[in-house]
Amino acid sequence: MADLTSQLVDQVRSALDAGQKLRIEGGATKSFMGRATEAEQETISLKQHSGIVSYQPIELVMTARAGTPLVELKAALEEQNQMLAFEPPVFSEASTLGGTLATNQSGPGRPWWGSVRDHVLGVRLINGKGEHLRFGGQVMKNVAGYDVSRLQAGAFGGLGVISEISLKVLPKPAVQRTLVTECTQSEALVLMNKRSGEPKPITAATWYKGRLYTRLAGAASAVEAAAKAWGGDELDDAQNFWLSLADQQHEFFTTDAPLWRMSVNSKSPAFNLAEPTLIDWGGAQRWYAGEHDWQQMVSIAKHAGGQVSLYRGGDRSAEVLHPQAEAIQKLQQRLKASFDPAGIFNPGRAYSWL
Amino acid sequence: MQTSTVSSAERSSQRQSLAARFAEFIDPHYVIADQETLKPYECDGLSAYCEEALIVVLPETVEQAQQVLQICHAEGVPVVARGAGTGLCAGAMPHSEGVVLSMAKFNKILEIDTQSRAARVQPGVRNLAISEAAAPVGLYYGPDPSSQIACSIGGNVAENSGGVHCLKYGLTVHNLLSVQFLTMDGELLTIGSEGLDSCGMDLMALFTGSEGLLGVVTEVRVKLLPRPERAQVVVAGFDSVTKAGDAVGEIIAQGIIPGGLEMMDGFAIQAAEAFAKAGYPLDAQALLLCEVDGTNEEVDEHIATVEALFHKLGATSVRTSQSEEERARLWAGRKSAFPAVGRISPDYYCMDGTIPRGQLSHVLLEMQKMSEHYGLRVANVFHAGDGNLHPLILFDANVPGELERTEEFGGKILELCVEVGGCITGEHGVGYEKLRQMPAQFSDAEIIQFHELKRAFDRKELLNPGKGIPTLRSCQEYRSLDMNITPNATVESQQGSQGVAHG
Repeated sequence: MADLTSQLVDQVRSALDAGQKLRIEGGATKSFMGRATEAEQETISLKQHSGIVSYQPIELVMTARAGTPLVELKAALEEQNQMLAFEPPVFSEASTLGGTLATNQSGPGRPWWGSVRDHVLGVRLINGKGEHLRFGGQVMKNVAGYDVSRLQAGAFGGLGVISEISLKVLPKPAVQRTLVTECTQSEALVLMNKRSGEPKPITAATWYKGRLYTRLAGAASAVEAAAKAWGGDELDDAQNFWLSLADQQHEFFTTDAPLWRMSVNSKSPAFNLAEPTLIDWGGAQRWYAGEHDWQQMVSIAKHAGGQVSLYRGGDRSAEVLHPQAEAIQKLQQRLKASFDPAGIFNPGRAYSWL
Repeated sequence: MQTSTVSSAERSSQRQSLAARFAEFIDPHYVIADQETLKPYECDGLSAYCEEALIVVLPETVEQAQQVLQICHAEGVPVVARGAGTGLCAGAMPHSEGVVLSMAKFNKILEIDTQSRAARVQPGVRNLAISEAAAPVGLYYGPDPSSQIACSIGGNVAENSGGVHCLKYGLTVHNLLSVQFLTMDGELLTIGSEGLDSCGMDLMALFTGSEGLLGVVTEVRVKLLPRPERAQVVVAGFDSVTKAGDAVGEIIAQGIIPGGLEMMDGFAIQAAEAFAKAGYPLDAQALLLCEVDGTNEEVDEHIATVEALFHKLGATSVRTSQSEEERARLWAGRKSAFPAVGRISPDYYCMDGTIPRGQLSHVLLEMQKMSEHYGLRVANVFHAGDGNLHPLILFDANVPGELERTEEFGGKILELCVEVGGCITGEHGVGYEKLRQMPAQFSDAEIIQFHELKRAFDRKELLNPGKGIPTLRSCQEYRSLDMNITPNATVESQQGSQGVAHG
């Protein structure tokens, strides 16, 4: 619960002087993501750089230090009947806001409520020269300067140490209900896309083991009417179901097998891949557990208009994120160099070439 | 004047030789190099800033645009990309020694993907045309800037355009799936995908709102939304701006995110009413337009809540649209506020700061003092839901010194916005116009970082040079003129005084 900015800046400057590479870490609950990197990286820990800096419920804006645990943010919001609408996975009480942005983690409501990057309004960042910089702001609309804040989403800390984040927060919906429909994966994909195209208060659509789960949220009367129109069985304990899905505690995620995540065009027909499979985001995010061939997975994702990542397990010394076109690869290398000229932040974590 | 004659001759010869090269692969009708035809391109929607381009070129294919960029890159000629020219920050103002690359010919909608709710379009397609094309399948494109009849999607991407519905439906950046663009050296890149997220750093977010400094958009894939079953607007008059501002906070506190939430001050109400005859209460000091959309049931429920709330908070009048025709009429007043103000003054200058909503009364009061100090009237139109303030300063450019006073007044307003924790531009962009105020929001180190980022895309800094990000020298000059300015100086103290206490 302290502001450690000056220590963090000092550590970056010393590392720069010593030619030392830095491994950025918050609660260390996402260490399994990204590539395995060399042991000689020194850890720069954000764990103690924690605390809510400001929270103005009426403004729908919250600012917190990057090391703030998500559970602390959620508790503060709960008191005001508000929420982080991007439903970040809380792997444990140690999971932080900074890591959530750096790895671009969003939960089941993402197609309707937006992703973590969609809710970011501004960041403070220590770049590779040890300068503490501020981008974006604490207001909903801000187009001054390049959007360096949202650029951090998915960058795996390669552009700098995120020290503080301002977020848009939202009121919790008045009512939530979840409908369950028995159907095959193919039927579910058709139904998910059809329902997503209707002006109804849908906020999640997930398929697993022959059941489609549709979440409705909003004004009581609207949820009621949509539930009536669509039909299906009411899911008891729906809140826990969605929480377990968001936090990746659902039974699908308990596997020891390599875990693959596809982000694709939602209408793509079911892939010819062995179960277990979990379809989320109304068809736009598809999870697979098992030994699959990297090249084959890349080609399936590409064919479906999207990308794949080897989310957990498997060979983490090889590439684990979807390959980038050569020109984009070079552009990202130049961009990294513009923030981190000596290449000290999380080298090789996102891609071997970054 | 000898030097200028020489440079004019040089300019003419450079113009002719470059035009001849372009005409080898582009229809010569679309290579504009004569002063008369260049004239309409000398400014964008902000006509206070004009410049004659060396050449304007209107390619018809991506390959042609690519070739133009390759030639300019090799020759070191600046390039300014242009969409519909409706921008409000002189971002598309030509460079006097450069080429204007108009994307107006790229006006085709390539695909409406009904099932996964997306549209693939060329950059010159008008914002509204996307919604019109998607209407038969019950879909539409969310962001709706006031210029949506004319502005193009390529320009929307460049400026990260907003509109009156962005609190609920987001800005351009929230509504894009992928962007194809050309870099200054003519390389064709695609960022994003048909999925919702892509691996690695978020280049899509970086590119959106980059004001034509990083690349030239050649194709865009946007998300489409299901058209709400119904929308209704409640219009409420208040006898003070403070009461109206409090009402905005109360609606949000009720957990309602309105589709649109707009405020106008007394001056703007009168101008709009005289122009559009929308039926606004002329005695009100502030007017709120609160639009609720969604399913029929949801709209019924929320409209009742909003009406009750306005009454409770002392609204002097409350009126709810009972038909689509009435809804359109009530909005017409708000949407025509700019031209309406234009009618009562020879000229007006539109500002675009964003502030935390809670600072509204303070900011309006300070602006009133400034208005008296500068002897210039100001009308306020406010996207109250998201804190984006559009003060319109009324002036007469024919009165010597009045434009300069207006610019100074405008600059002070933007500095005030930063001082209370906001920013200098919410949706119009920095362009050329707001370069001067950038140091109020950013430190030198941040400005340097922006320039280095730009060079990662455009090594020779030829794409829209002199826009968006000021030079370091001009930042230092700005600070030396006004020693009180430290970027974001008061943000921390603001947070301390207003935030809910959390350890």
